[in-house]
Amino acid sequence: MQVMAGASALVATPGVVVRGHAAPSAPPHTPVFFNDAEWKFLNAACARLIPGDALGPDAVALGVPRFIDLQMDTPYGRGQLWYMHEPFVEGPANLGYQLPHAPCELYRRGIAGANAWCLHHEGSDFAGLPAARQDEILTMMEKGEMAFDDIPSDMFFEQLLSNTMEGAFADPVHGGNVGLKSWTMIGFPGARADFMDWVDQYGVTYPLGSVSISGETA
Amino acid sequence: MDATRLKPVDVVVIGGGWAGSIMAKEMTEAGQKVVMLERGPDRSTAVEGAYPGSIDELEGNYRYRLFQDLSKNTVTIRNNMHQRALPYRRMAAFLPGEGVGGAGLHWSGVHFRMPPDDLILRSKVIERYGKSFIPEGMNLQDYGVTYDELEPFFDRAEKVFGTSGEPYMINGQVVGKGNVFSPSRSQPFPLPALKDVYTAHLFRKAATEAGFHPYSLPAANASAQYTNPYGAQMGPCNFCGYCSGYACYMYSKASPNVNILPVLRRDPLFELRTHAHVLRVEMDSTKTRATGVTYVDRDGRTWTQPAELVIISAFQFHNVRLMLLSGIGKPYDPVANEGVVGRNFVYQNVTTSFVWLNKNIETEQFVGTGGGGVAFDDFNSENFDHGPLGFVGGSPVWVNQAGVKAIAAAQAGGPPGTPRWGSAWKKGMVDTYRHSLRIDAHGANMAYRDVFLDLDPTWKDAYGLPLLRMTFDWKDNDIRMNRYVVDRIGEVARAMDARQVQLTKREFGVPFDTRKYQTTHLGGGAVMGTDPTTSALNRYLQSWDVPNVFVIGANAFPQGTGYNPTGMVAALAYWSAYHIRQTYLKNPGPLVSL
Repeated sequence: MQVMAGASALVATPGVVVRGHAAPSAPPHTPVFFNDAEWKFLNAACARLIPGDALGPDAVALGVPRFIDLQMDTPYGRGQLWYMHEPFVEGPANLGYQLPHAPCELYRRGIAGANAWCLHHEGSDFAGLPAARQDEILTMMEKGEMAFDDIPSDMFFEQLLSNTMEGAFADPVHGGNVGLKSWTMIGFPGARADFMDWVDQYGVTYPLGSVSISGETA
Repeated sequence: MDATRLKPVDVVVIGGGWAGSIMAKEMTEAGQKVVMLERGPDRSTAVEGAYPGSIDELEGNYRYRLFQDLSKNTVTIRNNMHQRALPYRRMAAFLPGEGVGGAGLHWSGVHFRMPPDDLILRSKVIERYGKSFIPEGMNLQDYGVTYDELEPFFDRAEKVFGTSGEPYMINGQVVGKGNVFSPSRSQPFPLPALKDVYTAHLFRKAATEAGFHPYSLPAANASAQYTNPYGAQMGPCNFCGYCSGYACYMYSKASPNVNILPVLRRDPLFELRTHAHVLRVEMDSTKTRATGVTYVDRDGRTWTQPAELVIISAFQFHNVRLMLLSGIGKPYDPVANEGVVGRNFVYQNVTTSFVWLNKNIETEQFVGTGGGGVAFDDFNSENFDHGPLGFVGGSPVWVNQAGVKAIAAAQAGGPPGTPRWGSAWKKGMVDTYRHSLRIDAHGANMAYRDVFLDLDPTWKDAYGLPLLRMTFDWKDNDIRMNRYVVDRIGEVARAMDARQVQLTKREFGVPFDTRKYQTTHLGGGAVMGTDPTTSALNRYLQSWDVPNVFVIGANAFPQGTGYNPTGMVAALAYWSAYHIRQTYLKNPGPLVSL
């Protein structure tokens, strides 16, 4: 198996911190679910939630928009993992999500709401605004301070933020975490999943790089 | 559509988790023809646990591959009786299982015996502090069974699970460095304790310096190769970090799928039917005798399976709901304070604190095992004087590093005050993942008159039956207990040379929040006891009202406990099965006469 072959090759140099070669940026992706305007928003917003900096690449280079697009066409994206029976009744926030919308519908309505708000107040869609202003708008969205027509802006923000984190940090087989860059950043070895010899080597840093369940290594 | 009537069997077992598998094994050993009905799919470690595809955090912990299908059936939740309960539409606060193995396939593996004082908590509190010490509205009760009575069954469960641990006392003799507060055992653990991961090692040292009594958590994660009394084989745990939410690809974590079902599946007296969703237990005209159960299969056809004995052994709240839907026992009415089914619903009172160590220390939180770690019990159960503190209950405190994975690390974020996204989030999150450790206060939750389960008046499941309604909130007693114990975590953190500490305490006036994972350790609702006006089940887990129905699960706990429930559920299953085999099958009828 590819994974194990890679692991044993690395085990030959114990104590050496092995870190991978430079990862490619995300390959081009033609969105399946999102239209052009939605795709533009998604790329711009994800890149602000996880910006590129000295620690690691931004969410777009990590393939997060592609991950979210692919998730829309799954039972999860279609809301089939959620209890979606009527009636839908509003209630206190701590009793949880009560909207009648599946994740894909939250994106459709949330992006339309965000872009409409930006056009009205800023004269541009979200993607056309400077990064600093995008951050302010995302903060308003997070706090539920933006009025969208049909959904609370913080509900959309939570959906976007959680999927962005999932895409960046899930196994690359799901379309994000390109080059295992997020795992490298935090020192998560992924599918190594065997620490029998390491569990009580206190204070010794685990030497092996990250590996995907596909066998791809960092 | 009328149900098709099937050929009668001796015993029908509802649910294919730990409780159902133990009961099915015991009943077939007694020569009974057993049919097990599991609403979910068949599952096996060879398929669901296959490496490397199984260790996919997105599928395991975020798309809930092994968990209950909420789209078909969920609960509604409210904080008090004056609120309208709303459906639990997305998985979050608790994660019930589904499919063969139930929650026993995706659990972590922490495997405790119940503290002796927890089993007689009402008597103990009254003896020690007086009756007036019990707060108004708290339904404190005894289990009706003692530690000494359960000891052989705790032992049996540990041998079947291949539990790793270090004993303190065997037959009254101190034998090891185990938990000094733990009761005497008749036998050692089947396997020695698991190794400490680095954070647990640091915690053990600091807890000792702080004056507490750390011990290795008893874990149903095998520390060495093991063959259990049924001949089921386990491999040694390699600390892969994929226990909770996963089938164990190493065959190290005990599960019904690995430890019991392989031998049951070969038994001609046993038949497993999957995708068999039980709608109700059928009753005769007297309503004092069950005649079988009716279920719907995956094609929507309904079947009635007649049986002499019905064992309800699904997850805690499904057991309660099935009793309510079937008319077994009197439903609880909190206003009149009458009835028992739905009474004494409890949760568990868990908060996680964080300690940041110096940046030259890599805490390697990805290494882990679900049941392993280091705990101290100085503030659990009745191990400390509650008199001056003025609350009932306690918490074990532990580092139980089960393997923190990347998405969970990203969502946990950084130290207090760190934004949830952007460059500051990234910096704080990386620091936290690489250099912090987590300490839990894993506390008890007491039972109260106005915290209960009943049927929801509005929402229905996919089969048109009412959802179960939870009425639950945190009470001052439990909040004060949590705050007191978390302050003790602060003392341990000071002994750790911590760079930063976040002591996470429950806050007064903050209601139970269904949006954040807390624990799946739900309990009560159909409790065991000695008084039919305050318990739905007698001390053998037999329905007081319908003696050929036994109800096995954490539903039987009269109040919450600081410990994880599975060890107690398994021991209660063996205890109940023993008395069914010894007494009931020879002379079916009530095992306790009033």
